[in-house]
Amino acid sequence: MRVRRLAAWTALPLAVTLGLVACGSGGSGSGESDPNAAVRIEIAEPQHLVPTNTNETSGSQVLAALFSPLVDYDEAHKPYAVAAESITSEDNTTWTITLKDGYTFHNGEDVTADNYIDAWNYGAYAPNGQNSSYFFEKIAGYDDLQGEDPKATTLSGLKKVDDDTFTVTLSQPYSEFTAMLGYTAFYPLPEAAFSAPGELAEGYEQAPIGQGPFKMKGTWQHDAKVEVERYDAFPGEQPKVAGVEFRIYQQLTAAYADVLSDNLDVIKTIPTENLSTAATDLGDRFQQSPASSLHFLAFPTFQEEYSNPDVRKAISMAIDREEITRSIFKDSQQPARSFVSPVVAGYRENTVGSPGEFDPIKARALYEAAGGPSQITLSYNGDGGHKDWIDATCNQLKANLGVDCVGNAEPKFADLLTKVKAKQPVGLFRMGWIMDYPSMENYLGPLYSSNGSSNYYGYRNPEFDKLLAEGASAPSEDEAIEKYQAAEDLLAEEMPVVPLRFGQNNFGHSTKVKNVEMDLFDRVDLIQIEAVS
Amino acid sequence: MFRFIVRRLLQMVLAFFGTTLIVYALMFAGQGDPIQALAGERPVTEAQRAYLTEKYHLDATGVGGFFYRYVDYLSNLLRGDLGESLTGRSIGDILATAWPVTIKLALIALAVAVIFGVTAGVLAGIRRASIFDNATLLLTLLVLGIPTIVLAPLAQYFLGVRWQVFPPTAGADPDFRSLLLPGIVLGSLSLATALRLTRTSVAENLRADYVRTARSKGLPNRRVVSVHVLRNSLIPVITFLGVEVGNLMSGAIITEGVFNIPGVGFNLFRGIRTEDGPLVVGIVSVLVVVYLVSNLVVDILYAVLDPRIRYV
Repeated sequence: MRVRRLAAWTALPLAVTLGLVACGSGGSGSGESDPNAAVRIEIAEPQHLVPTNTNETSGSQVLAALFSPLVDYDEAHKPYAVAAESITSEDNTTWTITLKDGYTFHNGEDVTADNYIDAWNYGAYAPNGQNSSYFFEKIAGYDDLQGEDPKATTLSGLKKVDDDTFTVTLSQPYSEFTAMLGYTAFYPLPEAAFSAPGELAEGYEQAPIGQGPFKMKGTWQHDAKVEVERYDAFPGEQPKVAGVEFRIYQQLTAAYADVLSDNLDVIKTIPTENLSTAATDLGDRFQQSPASSLHFLAFPTFQEEYSNPDVRKAISMAIDREEITRSIFKDSQQPARSFVSPVVAGYRENTVGSPGEFDPIKARALYEAAGGPSQITLSYNGDGGHKDWIDATCNQLKANLGVDCVGNAEPKFADLLTKVKAKQPVGLFRMGWIMDYPSMENYLGPLYSSNGSSNYYGYRNPEFDKLLAEGASAPSEDEAIEKYQAAEDLLAEEMPVVPLRFGQNNFGHSTKVKNVEMDLFDRVDLIQIEAVS
Repeated sequence: MFRFIVRRLLQMVLAFFGTTLIVYALMFAGQGDPIQALAGERPVTEAQRAYLTEKYHLDATGVGGFFYRYVDYLSNLLRGDLGESLTGRSIGDILATAWPVTIKLALIALAVAVIFGVTAGVLAGIRRASIFDNATLLLTLLVLGIPTIVLAPLAQYFLGVRWQVFPPTAGADPDFRSLLLPGIVLGSLSLATALRLTRTSVAENLRADYVRTARSKGLPNRRVVSVHVLRNSLIPVITFLGVEVGNLMSGAIITEGVFNIPGVGFNLFRGIRTEDGPLVVGIVSVLVVVYLVSNLVVDILYAVLDPRIRYV
């Protein structure tokens, strides 16, 4: 009887799974680079794989493999020409772009000026519903392409000079136009991408043809993977791996488990719940690098109780940024005391000045003198994991200002924005900003100018608008930066928002790759990465 | 029997339209701003907003708008077109790639539940109050008490990452071995319930008159248990397992997420998160069909198992 009882025990599934303990491969590499191996990188399912329609990081990671941009950014985050031979302008309004020789699309077509003009016209034309169409709004003629039944189908500001040269006329001078051109929306499209002029061919998106270092291997396998392989005719710097498999994950924790067991090579974001153990789990394969995001609390300056800048400064002074980044974010973000991120040229440390320094005693005195409200609400979107730091901030305000503070969760960010747009009293609300291209203007214009697309706080300052306009028409980049810095100083005086934290890339990789680097756009550098055998 | 099946099939048509109407109405009522949800925290351009609003009739709101969109959806459905998700992909294509893997997963889970659950249940029923019975009671209580959201990552961490018994994730085109762990995790809940049900049912039937009769006329114990007791004991288990097929398909949301299996639950989760109405309704419509069919199969199996149950 005893034997049979034992047999019955083994029938239990847990026992069976334990019994299956077998082949666990160690996989220790010799450390030598293997140019014939492919690497596996985690992404989420891209929404689109058309340059002018892709504005999330997973899609742009794939497109970065398939396309080569006109400009890229150097160590100082200033643009330099890549697929362009030169980009010049005398008045910041008309720009001449000359293309480098030797670039071909993966189907063999030569890259010409027409490829750029056609792609940009397609992106700007409103009925095509492209996500990134607003990137073309600085180009002359953009307004004629808007609306349900646009007046024109092509941008009047784009003119072909010859096969390798075209000019771009802007509707207003913009000194940092070159920096913009590094964005995904400005890639060219081959003739094969269009079935008729201005009409994207069906199926192009399933296997995009670009002019970059990698070409598609098969088609986009939705929810599963996108595979690319080295394009040998690429004239620029060749990648050091034979290909890349972009593996699609819905949950980061699954990707993290795969990196731990060498089933995946790069995870671009360590899931929050694993941040505290990542350094132990991965050792020096856990890495951090600067990212472009800025997190801040915004004031509804249109509300009476927050209209006094001293109230806003006192609140900023009462927040201990270091404490929150350390205890809540486990140092995965950095305290912020400027309105622009350290990743752009022209960044200065601590432009907020004294209101950025944690000083509870001065904060309370200032707050009481300025007559701040006795109750503060901090609104946030409940689906984004913001509760912890909002609560911590609230507790700091309670303790340091002697006010009542509550966190108010809206279900989604869209709900929060709807309320803010309708000027409903939500109190302070959280915002985040990720740059489109490295430029001070990108951190200032959309957020604080009177007609800025993301100016939700009712901040209006004609002087600020004037400085931005002067920066845009400044003859040189350095002079533009001076104007932008003056504009940033104005923000410090008026504090329409409280800058809290700068984001960081927190990424990890397996033992089978080396030289893993991430850029400011949350993308893995595919030229540098190497496979280890 | 034939008339019964025909009648049931006709009822299924009604049930199908009723449930899709309800699901569509719920999704319609709960929808905030799907265009913003799709974009996450990025601002949406006016051009993009106008484009999507027109394409998905998102400007049709209120009661009139609801029926306009529902009828539009139904007429497409009758032509076999499930429509497009908000990202522009054909829902038919999404489901075509998602179903096979979910079905494989559900079959493994079901097999785990049947093979281990029913076997152990029968053994526990025969040996009431033995060590085996008590041990299974303890284990099943434990499994029933741990939610999948805890069990799945734990299993993944220990069996996948730490001891490397199984691959930690399955991926898109998984082989049998990589589906085994998610299948066991998914099936463990049904396994526990199936075990408890079988055990109680077997224990009860062993005391029944017909078992005493069978024993007294000298039938060997093996035959008594396998033919007489088991056949009658399986009726509640079959009911449970039949309904469970539907649950396994839709309940795989967590398991598929943890093990990165791009199946139906995975897509349903994404649809709900991004307020992708067309995708959610499309998946749920198909799930409704699965439920209806598995219920029909259960009813037919009744008659096979118990000749006293006859349908006219």
